[in-house]
Amino acid sequence: MKAKVYVTLKKSVLDPQGKAVQHALSTMGFNEIKDVRMGKFIELELDGSDKAKAEQKIKSICEKLLANTVIEEFRYELS
Amino acid sequence: MKFGVVVFPGSNCDYDCYHVLKHVLHKDTEFVWHKEGDVSKFDCIVLPGGFSYGDYLRTGAIARFSPVMEGVRKHAEKGKLVIGICNGFQILTESHLLPGALLRNESLKFICRFVDLQVEETNSPFMRRAKKGETLRMPIAHGEGNYFADDQTISELKKNNQILLRYRDNPNGSMENIAGICNKNRNVFGLMPHPERASEHELGSVDGLKIFESILEN
Repeated sequence: MKAKVYVTLKKSVLDPQGKAVQHALSTMGFNEIKDVRMGKFIELELDGSDKAKAEQKIKSICEKLLANTVIEEFRYELS
Repeated sequence: MKFGVVVFPGSNCDYDCYHVLKHVLHKDTEFVWHKEGDVSKFDCIVLPGGFSYGDYLRTGAIARFSPVMEGVRKHAEKGKLVIGICNGFQILTESHLLPGALLRNESLKFICRFVDLQVEETNSPFMRRAKKGETLRMPIAHGEGNYFADDQTISELKKNNQILLRYRDNPNGSMENIAGICNKNRNVFGLMPHPERASEHELGSVDGLKIFESILEN
């Protein structure tokens, strides 16, 4: 089973990296890009086929390690 | 007083901390490899600076799960002293032994230079040798020292006098110009600047010694 996890900064957290990318895009001529925020994409491969159990595990993994819940949010897809 | 300087894979300021404690202050000091789960023989644990686990995922995120950190957590629960410097501060926030988080510097640049710190609070085992309002000059060397916490946490930090050091001239965008904080119990201290690099005249400042000498008074 594959899990795709997306970790993003909470909206209340400043993202200077995103801003830097936006400025670069502006320099390149893409002035219509209003905002950029950067996040992380993590792929995990799990043993087993029990989707409910896998979901519990992934949620725990996200909360404990993959995301710092003080500053980040996460969402995941299981297939 | 017995000091334990924890070494994670990627720590690189462990020797400087050991040097100040052992050779400048002549105290009983040992290195503690991150796999050691029992730190009960120490009075004060030092989490040094560096790039534990290469800063992979997030700075301090993986070091937090090293066996030694369970020992450090128990040690802190008993009221014993913990000081986390730079990467050590990051590990303490990831471990939730200190509140908040350290983000990428606002400028996105790694900043390596001396800063002037203002002593905000001396009522703690780490700052008693300093005077309130005093300036301490110490170097910083970090890319992720931008302190962040939600409004509730910031107001608690202020209410409980947990902000011990502030930057006089904020180099990284830290909220409230926070350079160093302690926990509610005042036995765990985290700071981004390096006091171990300001403990000998040859390095340009001995203001960092005030922190180590304060610890010795306990």
